[in-house]
Amino acid sequence: MGHALVNVPASVKRGDAFEIKALIAHPMETGFRPGPNGVLLPRNIIQRFTCTYNGVEVFSLTLSPAIAANPYIAFFTVATESGSLTLRWTGDKDFMAEETVPITVTA
Amino acid sequence: MTSRRAFLRSAGIAAGALLAPRIVGAQDRARVVVVGGGFAGATCARELRRLNPALSVTLVETNPDFIACPFSNEVIAGLRDLSQQRFGYDAVTRDGVALARGTATSIDPAGRTVTLADGTRLPFDRLVLAPGIDINWEALPGYSPEAAERMPHAWKAGAQTALLRRQLEAMDDGGVVVMSAPPNPFRCPPGPYERASLIAYYLKTRKPKSKLILLDAKDAFSKQRLFQNAWAALYPGLIEWVGLSAGGKVTAVEPASLTFVTDFARHGAAVANVIAPQKAARIAAIAGVADRSGWCPVNPATFESTLQPGIHVIGDAAIMGAMPKSAFAANAQAKVCATAVIARLAGHDAPEPRLINTCYSLVAPDYGISVAGVYRPTNGQLADIAGAGGTSPLDADAAFRAQEAVLAAGWFRTITAEVFG
Repeated sequence: MGHALVNVPASVKRGDAFEIKALIAHPMETGFRPGPNGVLLPRNIIQRFTCTYNGVEVFSLTLSPAIAANPYIAFFTVATESGSLTLRWTGDKDFMAEETVPITVTA
Repeated sequence: MTSRRAFLRSAGIAAGALLAPRIVGAQDRARVVVVGGGFAGATCARELRRLNPALSVTLVETNPDFIACPFSNEVIAGLRDLSQQRFGYDAVTRDGVALARGTATSIDPAGRTVTLADGTRLPFDRLVLAPGIDINWEALPGYSPEAAERMPHAWKAGAQTALLRRQLEAMDDGGVVVMSAPPNPFRCPPGPYERASLIAYYLKTRKPKSKLILLDAKDAFSKQRLFQNAWAALYPGLIEWVGLSAGGKVTAVEPASLTFVTDFARHGAAVANVIAPQKAARIAAIAGVADRSGWCPVNPATFESTLQPGIHVIGDAAIMGAMPKSAFAANAQAKVCATAVIARLAGHDAPEPRLINTCYSLVAPDYGISVAGVYRPTNGQLADIAGAGGTSPLDADAAFRAQEAVLAAGWFRTITAEVFG
């Protein structure tokens, strides 16, 4: 499990765009760098990030070796009913991290 | 059509230029103006006079005295008096440097003139800018000169240093001190961590229920393992360092409530020290020697600006590659710059320099650590010579750390005696 930070407003107005910010500690080792012994360090990256709202995917991202360590992801979405937002990171070496946050939608 | 008045004015300028050629016969009478009387500027002005006593050297400085940043963290921790940081310019003027008290407000690189706030015009054949840093207020929403009266940066020694000291003294036992450290580059890379250490020392000895949170825009910092090992040994549970990947980057401050805002949390403080993002001091942009980064690109052998020929930039304002922004570095660069200025005035090329830097930090009054480096111009930048420097050993004993603290104090006495004594 990775260590992730998530910032989502606790309540939003129905139909208003709001920002989701997420930061996860991860080395994002490219697989192209030699280690101290000259042998390439094995690739170790997050491959995929998904965001689902009440089980429906609202945003996803495929990450590549060119993305720096500790990826910071920010995006906007719109909610029409209260529910829970789930952020999931998966990658090499069976990496998996998941955070779920509730959102209350007001009229 | 050129009016008669405009014609006369331009003719007058041309005649003036003919009457006062840039270099009057010999280089001995050449005029060098140095802007900024800190470690870089004061060293350079004196070194120019030492290398060529016939040279006309003018040092432009706003303040009547210089207040040194190195060891000002000890003032903040109550271990030292601010008056011990104060140095005058008497010795500088005794070396034949003309002191121009005032603030440079405009620089004409083509006309080779510096103008001060009071209207004084100082013509030069070569100009050395050593203006230091300004806080980059625009880079941190909510921060401003007014905000700094509630949330001091204390990154220019003087009133800000005293303010942060008073706030710490007035704080109740149990209050939380929150500090923020900026992204690179900034003045004194180990400085925020030395400050956190010495404030922790003050809290441990005087306010044991208090703690300190250091929010950092970086995941790595100078002498990191030495600092973190020392924190674990001396101040367990007292210092909480929050790096970039743990959400430590401060995106805004709210002075009314002494709050630091990050992308993921809000941190309220009893005492708030904002070590804000920085840039080369204002005159650098006015002179046209600062680039879009806010800092000044220079030739790594002569420190002549790559943007304005004839103007050299040294010290914290300049982009010096691997060399950190420190008093020691400024002093070393100033001597190289003086040699280069004299060589260029004589029409020669300057020799390729080697520069040394050492930075001591105190983790406690009797616990010092250091980093040293040697630098040379490589591919247009000052690069670290691998294996020539190093840091204090990670496994040294208490006597070794105490000895480094003694050396740190000796270093400060030596450099201030050389530059101002």
